Amino acid sequence: MASGNVILNEIEAPLIAKKAKPGQFVILKAGERGERIPLTMAEADPERGTITVIYKVVGKSTELFKNLREGDSYQDAVGPLGQPTHLERVGNVTCVGGGTGVAVLYPITRGLKGAGNRVISIIGARTADRIILEEEMKSVSDELFVCTDDGSRGHHGFVTEILKKVLEEETLNLAVAVGPVLMMKLVSEMTRPYDVKTIVSLNPIMIDGTGMCGGCRVLVDGENKFACVDGPEFDGHKVDFDQLIQRLGAYESEERESSMAHRCRLDR
Amino acid sequence: MAEKEDVTEKWARIGMPEQEPDKRRENFEEVPLGYTPEMAVKEASRCLQCKSPSCVEGCPVEIDIPAFVQLIKEEKFDEAIKKIWEKNRLPAVCGRVCPQETQCEGRCVLGKKGRPIAIGNLERFAADLARREGIEDVSPKAEPSGKRVAIVGSGPAGLTVAADLLARGHQVTIFEALHKPGGVLVYGIPEFRLPKKIVADEIESLEKQGAEIMCNTVVGRTITIDELFDQGYDAIFVGVGAGLPRFMNIPGENLVGILSANEYLTRANLMKAYRFPEYDTPIPRGRNVVVIGAGNVAMDSARTAVRLGAETVRIVYRRSREEMPARAAEIHHAEEEGVELLLLTSPIRFLGDEEGRVAGMECIKMELGEPDASGRRRPIPIEGSEFEIVCDLVIIAIGTGANPLLTRSTEGLELNRWGYIEADPETGETSIEGVWAGGDIVTGSATVIEAMGAGRRAARSIHEHLTREGRSPESCGV
Repeated sequence: MASGNVILNEIEAPLIAKKAKPGQFVILKAGERGERIPLTMAEADPERGTITVIYKVVGKSTELFKNLREGDSYQDAVGPLGQPTHLERVGNVTCVGGGTGVAVLYPITRGLKGAGNRVISIIGARTADRIILEEEMKSVSDELFVCTDDGSRGHHGFVTEILKKVLEEETLNLAVAVGPVLMMKLVSEMTRPYDVKTIVSLNPIMIDGTGMCGGCRVLVDGENKFACVDGPEFDGHKVDFDQLIQRLGAYESEERESSMAHRCRLDR
Repeated sequence: MAEKEDVTEKWARIGMPEQEPDKRRENFEEVPLGYTPEMAVKEASRCLQCKSPSCVEGCPVEIDIPAFVQLIKEEKFDEAIKKIWEKNRLPAVCGRVCPQETQCEGRCVLGKKGRPIAIGNLERFAADLARREGIEDVSPKAEPSGKRVAIVGSGPAGLTVAADLLARGHQVTIFEALHKPGGVLVYGIPEFRLPKKIVADEIESLEKQGAEIMCNTVVGRTITIDELFDQGYDAIFVGVGAGLPRFMNIPGENLVGILSANEYLTRANLMKAYRFPEYDTPIPRGRNVVVIGAGNVAMDSARTAVRLGAETVRIVYRRSREEMPARAAEIHHAEEEGVELLLLTSPIRFLGDEEGRVAGMECIKMELGEPDASGRRRPIPIEGSEFEIVCDLVIIAIGTGANPLLTRSTEGLELNRWGYIEADPETGETSIEGVWAGGDIVTGSATVIEAMGAGRRAARSIHEHLTREGRSPESCGV
């Protein structure tokens, strides 16, 4: 796995593993006082009875997740939640992933390849050591492009630069984008003039994940949709990304406060 | 509904002592403090012991009210609670959150001339005393029937079904989607109205009686109704409760700082966000808070905001005080704590700052016209009466719709046009053989005790079903 703050957890959860399909998520909670954190699954192995999540450590909760050692357990894991990806043969498909979004993209890509599509994948990260699942993505793609912001591996630049070329050279029938919201927004804007249907997987703030709190509402085609029951995947050409970005920042100051307090305690 | 002693009456109702408003604004501890034994006995002695008591008719679970009140009067407190337990497994909860004024107390003969007997306060007294003194329910249980029932949802409906079926000798497993059991009692009703310790104790007592509780299990996702039957459950009760919160669909509603009451209360209650950062889930703390809606959930939200340090908390409601659906006691408590009512007012749009956070709300004044379908006078906007108010946190408490998770994934389950489950009001039977339903997923938003009443009726019907048809007559225990 990639170095630094990108973590993979394989979690024993036989009931979830049996049901999970590409595109669905779980909610994890580390301990009694922890937050409920939704994470889209990278893998579900019904035989081993495990699910796999890959996440970047960004705050106190993911810090707590990171500190779990092999054999430790999450206090709570619930799922699978959300609608699975609609996997069908449409022809030429491009799968675009950024950062840990590639973890979510991988099972979708595999499913689309398995459905008989020709798959061109584009994955990116800030630096070479942040690229995840490159081999896996290669094994389920007809073509794979790798990009890094600093040029330490593959194309020096953003995934959208490669996507532009692909859009110019190929006739695509579907695009799937999973990664930072800004990346998904740019991909959607780029595919729009080519009239290529674009699916994005969103990860808004939510509490219960079962259609109760309404925190995960996203404006799609001018209408409120709940990511937990209607999503997490939506038509990227219809999502109000700017509003999503604002809503994701709702608790920025509290998140800083929580992280700071956590680190202070660790330092003591 | 001020719980102050009313000395003008011949029969003075004993009020329950409360935390002073100025003090309770600063904490999440319970507001009413409970009766002393002396107070309870004095209040109980007001009961006329009617021959055909109308209070019992007003109780959805038919508690023998005159009997338990008489036992309190005779200071037989342990017998009083056992009398209540015969009909109600959650008296510490119901004594606190039931709308007695429209149910048992609303029918009390004493209420015709003076104040009705304080049945809720007495029920709470008996239940709290039992908890404190460790009195346990030792009523004889039926022989094990060998039947297994799956209960989906651990709110008031599900808990009642579980208690009733356990008492009849059936095995029960409760499936809960959240990480803690209790449903709305845990995520919805705040600590200051229903301490979570009480809910936990009631659930623990069910577990002691043999109930199995599986948290983090979403029926419809983790496991389906069909699979539960495959696992050998003989009957299934669905009590999944309220669902997607309603929004007003007016401009600016998705600005940061506008939350559904479900989200706000779940953060505060289930996730204990009022203790952030000690607990990890944050909750927005507004300076000028607006709550839209005027039901009990709106009052709970407003009173939570007061306790989280808001300078102003305003309830915005489009009708007048008379039409407010909240209990009079809740409105009274809220006003005592400084919550203002902005009546005959409806929001038109929300105003945001440059960061996309809510900064204000444009409203319009309303007047009441002819009665509408609900029988209440329809609010009509007064042209040209628009005005703006400043606010940095808005909580929308205008109700919920049906939860789609289980219903969408269960083939053959008939729903009405609003997405609620079609169930026989007398028995709770659904369109699927062996599946019963009750509570908010059938009726839409209602009360704890109504859900419990539905649970009671469903349990009766499930029991009949399980012991019918000579399935295993030797072990059915009736």
